[in-house]
Amino acid sequence: MSIWEYANPVKFLRLSERVLPALWVISFACLAIGLIWGFFFTPDDFRQGSTVKIIYLHVPSALMAINAWFMMLVASLIWLIRRHHVSALAAKAAAPVGIAMTLIALITGAVWGQPMWGTWWVWDPRLTSFLILFLFYIGYVALWSAVDDPDSAADLTSMLCIVGSVFAVLSRYAVNFWNQGLHQGASLSLDKETNVANVFYHPLLFSIAGFVCLFLALVLYRTGTEIRRRRMRALMAREVRHA
Amino acid sequence: MPDLGKYAAEVLSAYGATCVVLCVLVAATLWQGRKVRAELAQVEKNQDGKGAQDG
Repeated sequence: MSIWEYANPVKFLRLSERVLPALWVISFACLAIGLIWGFFFTPDDFRQGSTVKIIYLHVPSALMAINAWFMMLVASLIWLIRRHHVSALAAKAAAPVGIAMTLIALITGAVWGQPMWGTWWVWDPRLTSFLILFLFYIGYVALWSAVDDPDSAADLTSMLCIVGSVFAVLSRYAVNFWNQGLHQGASLSLDKETNVANVFYHPLLFSIAGFVCLFLALVLYRTGTEIRRRRMRALMAREVRHA
Repeated sequence: MPDLGKYAAEVLSAYGATCVVLCVLVAATLWQGRKVRAELAQVEKNQDGKGAQDG
C-alpha cells in the first residue's frame, strides 16, 4: 500500500469519512480538557498575573498558523511535482483554517501584549513577520478565487505558497535571527530552564493537541468539500457540452 | 469562575474572540460542506434522470 493511493479522490473521501468522527471527538475533548484545566485550575504567574491563561490560546494558534502554511507548502509541492489534484485541493482547503489560526494568534497576542508591554502592537520582527504571513494567507485565498481555471489557480497559488514560506520561517525564528524586539523566545523548549513551568505546560499540551486535531479535522472535511465541488463542476461542464 | 484580578477584561476578551473565530470557522465549514453535498446529489440525480431518458 502506498500513500499515493490517497491521491485518488474516492479513496481519499472514503478514508476521511472513516477518520473524521474520531478526529472531531478527540479535538473537542482535548480542547475542552486543555482550556478548562488551564482557565480554571492553574495559578496566576508571579509576573504576568492571570494573563498567563492566554497562553492556552496564543501558543497553539500561533503554532498552527505556521504549521498550516508548511502543510500547504508540502501539498503545493506535491501538486507541482506529481500533479495530484487532491493535494492542490488540500492546500486550498487549509488556507481559511490558517487564516483563522493566524487571526487568533494576532488578536490574543495584542490582548496579551497590551497589559504586559503597554502597547497593543509593536513593529517587532516576530509580530511583523506574522502580520505579513496573515496577508500572504489572504492573498493566497484571493488568488484561488480570482483565477477561473482550477489547474492554473493551483499552479499560481503553489508558487505564492513557496514565496510565502519565507515569512512562515521568519515568523517561527524571527526572535532567534534578530534577537531584538519585545516578543519573548519560544515558550516550549526541551531545555527545562527555558521551558514553561510544568503547572502551565501540561494543560498547554492538551490545548496544542486540540488545535492540531481540530486543524486536521477541518482540513480533511474541507478537502472533501472541495473534491465534491470539483466533481460537480465537471458534471455540469459535461452537461453543457452534451446540451 | 477564577479570580482574574485586574486583567479579567483582557483574559475574557481573548477567550471570547477565540471562541467566536473558531465557532464561525467550524460553522462555515460544516454549512459549506452540507450545501455542496446537496448540490452534488441534485446534479447527479439530474444526470441519472437524463441518462435513463436517453437510454
